[in-house]
Amino acid sequence: MRRSILLAAALSTTLALTACSGGGSGDDETTSGSGDSTGSTGALTVWVDETRQAAVTDAAKAFEAENGTKVEVVLKNFDDIRADFLAQVPTGKGPDITVGAHDWLGEFTTNGVVAPLELGDKASEFEKVSIEAFTQDGQVYGLPYAIENIALIRNTALAPAAPATWDEAIAAGQAAGTKFPILVQSDGAKGDPYTHYPFQTSFGAPVFSQNADGSYSSELAMGGPEGQAFATWLGAQGAAGNLSQDTTYDIAVEAFKNGESPFIVGGPWMIESFEGLDLSIDPVPSAGGQPAQPFVGVQGFYLSNQSKNALVANDFLVNFLSTEEAQTALYKAGNRSPALTVSADKAAAEDPIIAGFRAVGADAVPMPSIPEMASVWSFWGVTEAAIVGGADPIPTWDKMIADIQAAIGS
Amino acid sequence: MSAPQITPTDSEVGAPEDSGPPQGPRAQRPRRDRDGSHARNYSPGFFVKLALMAVIDALGVYVVWSAWSAESYGILAAMLAMLVAANWVYFSKRALPLKYILPGLLFLLAYQIFVVAYTGYIAFTNYGTGHNTTKDQAVEALLVQNERRVEGSESAPLTVLVDGDELAFAIVTPDGDVEVGTAEQPLTVVDGAEVVGGRAAEVPGYDVLERGQVLERQEEVTNLRVPVSDDPEDGSIRTPDAMTGYVYTSTLEWDAASDTMTDTTTGTVYTPNDDGQFEAEDGSTLAVGWRVAVGFDNFVTAFSDGRYAQPFVKILAWTFVFAIGSVATTFLLGLFLAITFNDVRMRGRKIYRVLMILPYAIPGFLAALLWSGLLNTRFGFINEVIFGGAEIPWLTDPVLAKLSVLFVNLWLGFPYMFLICTGALQSLPSDVMEAAKIDGAGRWRTWRSVTLPLLLISTAPLLISSFAFNFNNFTLIYMLTGGGPRFADASVPLGHTDILISMVYQISGVDGSAPKNFGLASALSIVIFVIVGTISALAFRSTRKFEEIN
Repeated sequence: MRRSILLAAALSTTLALTACSGGGSGDDETTSGSGDSTGSTGALTVWVDETRQAAVTDAAKAFEAENGTKVEVVLKNFDDIRADFLAQVPTGKGPDITVGAHDWLGEFTTNGVVAPLELGDKASEFEKVSIEAFTQDGQVYGLPYAIENIALIRNTALAPAAPATWDEAIAAGQAAGTKFPILVQSDGAKGDPYTHYPFQTSFGAPVFSQNADGSYSSELAMGGPEGQAFATWLGAQGAAGNLSQDTTYDIAVEAFKNGESPFIVGGPWMIESFEGLDLSIDPVPSAGGQPAQPFVGVQGFYLSNQSKNALVANDFLVNFLSTEEAQTALYKAGNRSPALTVSADKAAAEDPIIAGFRAVGADAVPMPSIPEMASVWSFWGVTEAAIVGGADPIPTWDKMIADIQAAIGS
Repeated sequence: MSAPQITPTDSEVGAPEDSGPPQGPRAQRPRRDRDGSHARNYSPGFFVKLALMAVIDALGVYVVWSAWSAESYGILAAMLAMLVAANWVYFSKRALPLKYILPGLLFLLAYQIFVVAYTGYIAFTNYGTGHNTTKDQAVEALLVQNERRVEGSESAPLTVLVDGDELAFAIVTPDGDVEVGTAEQPLTVVDGAEVVGGRAAEVPGYDVLERGQVLERQEEVTNLRVPVSDDPEDGSIRTPDAMTGYVYTSTLEWDAASDTMTDTTTGTVYTPNDDGQFEAEDGSTLAVGWRVAVGFDNFVTAFSDGRYAQPFVKILAWTFVFAIGSVATTFLLGLFLAITFNDVRMRGRKIYRVLMILPYAIPGFLAALLWSGLLNTRFGFINEVIFGGAEIPWLTDPVLAKLSVLFVNLWLGFPYMFLICTGALQSLPSDVMEAAKIDGAGRWRTWRSVTLPLLLISTAPLLISSFAFNFNNFTLIYMLTGGGPRFADASVPLGHTDILISMVYQISGVDGSAPKNFGLASALSIVIFVIVGTISALAFRSTRKFEEIN
């Protein structure tokens, strides 16, 4: 009896060890397949998340049929990809290609894990902002496939016309007699600078100054009188109750769904919650007089710097994932505006919601991907939330600028 | 935590064996025979063991094999050692104690010792953003990142050629000429080449590489740079797909012999420094660095950044308040409820007990999220319903946030204490209680002098482990307040409810709010490990005096 318990324990030990080491070597195997195979059928390993899996697998099948090169599509959790790619590429066991967001680029290049792509003439077939987002120092590091940005989502039953300014939006919201004049999500003490960014740009206070080619320099640009004006506005709106740090994403979406506000500032990811409402997608109303430019997030495919199949990987990216079919399939899976202009035109013609977000995105700016941005996030939202909550706007904002500069310099 | 527990177990298990011989040769002989039967006598039990070990060995061999094919020699060696150990232990007749503790030992090695040792190793490196790779890879990355396509240059249809073993590129110029060059020899016009479909199909003196052959040598092909002319300023041809050539110039040049990087536009020379980066004389560095050992630098950095000095003291104090407060409140409430529900006069005790244990059944991180919603200032259930719409800033006021954290942890933690106290109470000997009663002790006196000391014998180790757990209760803090509200007077993103481990998470940038620094994070983790380990060891030592009561 005792012995069998013991053996069962031993068995489970070994099983557990096998499971964990087996998991590791399983990963290794898939990539060593690509590593060993410098032969004519060098297999490609591609990391994708669940949403993109089917579309990429289809493109991979087309590629296999034409070139005879095997493509192994590995399903990963999107949230794990960034860290895993950074950790695994240097060991030589990472994938050849991974799906990713453009704002990872700064960290990826600093760590030397991505290789530049040469899109050649293809570059002009993509939406300009999507290529800009993946460009650093004049080189393109990713093949974009989707663009997403926030806009003003309007419940047309409650507000017949799009407001041009924040004051108009508030007036229309009050006229509608709903619980909230406008919904701008926040996240408690953490704030939500991403959603508040269009209002900040409308005061002429972008987070970093932009170079001539659209890329960001590491020079903080949201200080000074423009930033202070935005801070003062935040404080005033907080005091008036139009903005609140307590309106979390869930609360905002729920309220808009129930018709408790004619306006919500949000992205395409909210749309499926609003089934049954008649919606219009409009530009975010300007609060400071200048155009309210939201951040654009671009998703794309990165090529590993340690890929032993760089030729094949390039071929797959440039000639198979940038086709209209592939981009449209990716759009259908993720429901974000495609990065390829032809696909985007078609998607916009079919779906007014996509067209609306795309129109707003055309005037938007890419979210900075430079490594300095990491230091900004940790102070930015908290400060905004504090000001909305009643902190003295100008000193609080100025202290944030000083703290960020200290963090960047350290 | 585990280390102090293991040593006594080891010696305890060893003890019976040592005390074996004094039983005398007569007692020992039959025992040894029986012992031998496990391995030599082919009883049904032996075959069961054989079958199970065969399965384990098969799995082990599979792991060894796949580790071999993946070139993971560390895993291979470890697995091999474990397999040998397991087979020796379970087929030897001399390893009886090990038969009991081997599985536990292996788990300890894999999940505790290895992790601690690896963390220790990382603590002495500068692994993190910008120091993520080896030097070779960093050089490679810097070189490709600093290549620029020559502005306005045309792309050209390209063919990969081979002369003997040396690769060459053939491109077709817009005029229709075919130019060929190698790594050494710049592009020159070749006569007599055949062009098919705009691409060179045959070049005298060279063999055209088939697609399959190109793919076999794709690393060489992508790394090949064919100079456009004798003047390096004109750049060189490279190809990302073996079909099209593009003209690039490099702004960085790597000299392997002198181990330096030179910026060709400014002439600045960068040499490797001790931190694993290329550094110029004026102190400027190139972005991509590599991982190097940095000695105690991380420990120095952890305590020398002035911006962290003041918040650190506050956070350390709060960590202790939180850990001790959580243990004290949960234990007292759990004990109180356990005593109450232990009273036989209480009706429906079972139902109450089940209800009491419910919070324990909800995952901690979920409960913390739930409570952060319930405590929302304007829309939370607590304020809206219980306090009739009062906007009490539960999670945004420094003092209230701390109380909220303690309260939520009390809600989460008391069922555990309730469970162990109930168990301990029920196992108390009733004769001691009776003796106390006969001696004329009142209720309070009995509880103070008899029940509590007896209870503490069995629960003290659990209280210590609960302290250690709460000292590092990252989930609760992260999910409930995220460390907030922030210190208004500090210049670092830390807040009033941050505990040491959430501070480490922030400083090391693992949360994405700063460049990642795994070296620093590991160093700080080790500091916390030392603090918790010391306190636990001291506490375990002092619990021995409870045992003396027995």
